[in-house]
Amino acid sequence: MTATLTPPQRAGGGPDGRRRLVVVGNGMAGARAVEEILARGGAELFSITMFGDEPYGNYNRIMLSHVLSGEESHEDIFLNSLSWYEQNDITLHAGVRINRIDRFAKVVFSDDGQTTPYDQLIIATGSRSFMPPMDGLMGPGGLLPGVFAFRTIDDTRGMIDYATHDEHRQAVVIGGGLLGLEAARGLQSHGIDVTVIHSPKHLMNAQLGPEGGDILKQSMERLGIRIVCGTRTTAIWGPDKVRGVRLKDGTEMPCDLAVLTAGIRPNVEVALTSGFTVERAIVVDDAMRTVDDDDVYAVGECVQHRGEVYGLVAPLWEQAVVLADQITGADPTAAYMGSRTATKLKVAGVEVAAMGVQGPEKDTDEHIVFSEPRRGTFKSIVIRDDKIIGATLLGDSNKVAFLQQAFDRGLPLPEARVELMFDLGGPSAEVGVAELADDAQICNCNGVSKKAICDVVQAGCKTVTGVMDKTRAGKGCGSCKLLVAQVVEFAADGAVEEDPSVHYYVPGIALDKPTLMAAIRDQELRSPSAVFAALAPEGAEDAKSKMGLASLLKMMWGEDYVDEKDARFINDRVHANIQKDGTFSVVPQMRGGVTTPEQLRRIADVADKYEVPMVKLTGGQRIDLLGIRKEDLPGVWGDLGMPSGYAYGKSFRTVKTCVGQEFCRFGTGDSTKLGIELETRMQGMESPAKMKLAVSGCPRNCAESLVKDVGIVAIEGGRWELYIGGAAGAHIRKGDLLTTVDDAETAKLLTGRFLQYYRENAKWLERTYAFVPRVGLDHIKAVVVDDSEGIAERLDAEVQKHADTYVDPWTEGATPVEPGQFRTSLPLEVLPRVPADRATELLGGSW
Amino acid sequence: MLGPAHTATDHRLGPVTQVPYGEGRAFEVAGEQIAVFRLRDDTLYALSAVCPHKGGPLADGQLDSTLLMCPLHQNTFELATGCSPTGAAPLRRYDVRVEDAEIVLTA
Repeated sequence: MTATLTPPQRAGGGPDGRRRLVVVGNGMAGARAVEEILARGGAELFSITMFGDEPYGNYNRIMLSHVLSGEESHEDIFLNSLSWYEQNDITLHAGVRINRIDRFAKVVFSDDGQTTPYDQLIIATGSRSFMPPMDGLMGPGGLLPGVFAFRTIDDTRGMIDYATHDEHRQAVVIGGGLLGLEAARGLQSHGIDVTVIHSPKHLMNAQLGPEGGDILKQSMERLGIRIVCGTRTTAIWGPDKVRGVRLKDGTEMPCDLAVLTAGIRPNVEVALTSGFTVERAIVVDDAMRTVDDDDVYAVGECVQHRGEVYGLVAPLWEQAVVLADQITGADPTAAYMGSRTATKLKVAGVEVAAMGVQGPEKDTDEHIVFSEPRRGTFKSIVIRDDKIIGATLLGDSNKVAFLQQAFDRGLPLPEARVELMFDLGGPSAEVGVAELADDAQICNCNGVSKKAICDVVQAGCKTVTGVMDKTRAGKGCGSCKLLVAQVVEFAADGAVEEDPSVHYYVPGIALDKPTLMAAIRDQELRSPSAVFAALAPEGAEDAKSKMGLASLLKMMWGEDYVDEKDARFINDRVHANIQKDGTFSVVPQMRGGVTTPEQLRRIADVADKYEVPMVKLTGGQRIDLLGIRKEDLPGVWGDLGMPSGYAYGKSFRTVKTCVGQEFCRFGTGDSTKLGIELETRMQGMESPAKMKLAVSGCPRNCAESLVKDVGIVAIEGGRWELYIGGAAGAHIRKGDLLTTVDDAETAKLLTGRFLQYYRENAKWLERTYAFVPRVGLDHIKAVVVDDSEGIAERLDAEVQKHADTYVDPWTEGATPVEPGQFRTSLPLEVLPRVPADRATELLGGSW
Repeated sequence: MLGPAHTATDHRLGPVTQVPYGEGRAFEVAGEQIAVFRLRDDTLYALSAVCPHKGGPLADGQLDSTLLMCPLHQNTFELATGCSPTGAAPLRRYDVRVEDAEIVLTA
């Protein structure tokens, strides 16, 4: 079959040398396939002729329910108007049906008596409504008047005409699947009283299990739609027009309208009579070719691929892409591998999402169910081997975007499964990205809109990291990274390419953290430049990797680390936090938030002497001097005579405390003392991301211990609770209870042990709120509390070593470690440019 | 070469050792703020010292052998051309060389 191996090179039989492509069927599948073909230069290759038995262009069948309900007019739902065919030089025979294909003569015969030759053919005949067997369905000239299918524009128009007759008051919808419920809701909007009769035991049984079906039934009934399940309609009576239906149990129901929505059947007659292999539908291979003829393709609902017949739109898009890649030769390796179907829709105003299996199938499957019938909410998730294999959500589609991704791609799942169903804080997208408006801001730091991301994806960049580089989305605080990934996913229509670098500790070295650490240790690499030389591709340094490497090396080697200032971010070179105008903020250490009049006097004197534009209290119970010139840093530090508060690094920051039992009448533990001791022990500790701690003296939690990287709470009886992985910044997450201990010494020890474990195992810039759920609370408990890996002693020793060798970096003020360390980088600017006397301005000069 | 040849003159900015390896230092040259960067192999680059995005001090940035990264919002610039792969406006580049262990910049 050499012909199929080289289709693009083959000359066509058309008069202009192009191949003649005939498409049988002008529905969503046929037209989409043609669009995809045109997008691959198909106009050069083919002269295209399309046949459709409806006298229209191609329209969006899914939107017919909106036409029925009056939300949209039928003009609004056209995907390809007749002029589109003209513009693309496509010959459309609308309202003409193909009766037979002669694949030996390579011609099609249409019901207008014409014969049309082809070189290649696409069958896209779609499907039609299934007519369940019942008495009285057919009248003399077809369906009994008042009986409607719900498949085409003509069906819909007919239904609207009929429903708006004054004397027509009641309708019966036969079939309570998606389409039936949509029809019921649509008819209701015309003032019709509707009953849905569904022969399976529960509604939407193709997508939902029994519980979900029951809750949906209740939601429908609340909307005023009567639902009868578990019984079949056996007859329609007339005789001139519909006057009622009879059910299997003999019940008779008068009605003026009967709508048949009992499923669809593929249109396979043409293929069957023309000698193609048809089982449940027309059988195609992975190239979307019929198995009988290499020049005949088929696509859409009329197709059976690997035993599956799809009735949803998403698989059809995927098939159309493969078909176009194949027939144009754009990608001869393209293969359709079947679709994992996920339905996400609004049925009669109720949100329904369903994917994969409906319930557990093996004993070992996990099944998580939440049911709140009163609100019409139902959620069910089936997990096998830590992967989602099925999910159903009803009435609340908040988490659908994540679940669908996890289902499609087998993403790792949160240890606390409840997080799959609800937003409990932590990285999550609150709105499904598909619903977001184009101008919705995804990255709030860098002001990147959904559209900006989609445009980059459409331009061909399909990795999340690539999009982040191009748009700078997610490059601010990073809290939107998951959302960015979801938008990329959405824009790429599932065709996201994973960038292997997501697993690297730093982008410039192709190793994950454990492997990188092992290599550093084995080769005794003690400086960032040594690591680049030994481990980076061609030994190339990478600016974006330096900071992470420096932090890691300092953590691993401690005093033996060979510091290279160029590997440090400016904040760590000058031990202060750079501000928008190039000045710095200076935050002296104030352990546990406790200070003295003497310290305050010195701070006030410094603020006066250096004309500090703004003095402000920080969230970590310290005092911030803002707008300090770089060249003034050594002087400021010297005059303060206080150590660094580390309010600038990816490192241990502060321990916030309440006043505790010494003063507070509710206090049950000495929180300030423990806080100060913790800060003394852990000060300046480098870490993958900042570490903010708190100690509260009683469960009233005035130091907000539940939202800290480590939060400690004194409880009655001299005991202390340790919470880890909390956050209340860009993300909100309540910390997990690690353990409860009997004394402050143990609390201190375990805090250090956990932080050291986090330092060694977290990814660069991974805060504890992400680290704890990723690694799993149970695992962390085992390692930190129960010493399951036998490393507790070593972890404790590392913390002790840090405490013993710690040197206050502000001593560099007196003896700079490199030339021009504190030299201005904007020699012609008058700094600070932040408003002077900002405090006076804000406070109105009086207080 | 890319500088305006008719007015370009050489400026001696002092010993090259005032710029530590892998870092930048800013200079005022003929009324312009210019950042000079020095790689570990002693290659020098000179670019305008102010980030066109939001005025960040580029001499405080981090660099590797090809790129410079602004400390404020992580925009990057090619050391050799001043062009920004992250979409910021390009930086002006200057010819710079070492003579007798001194930085000589043409502007």
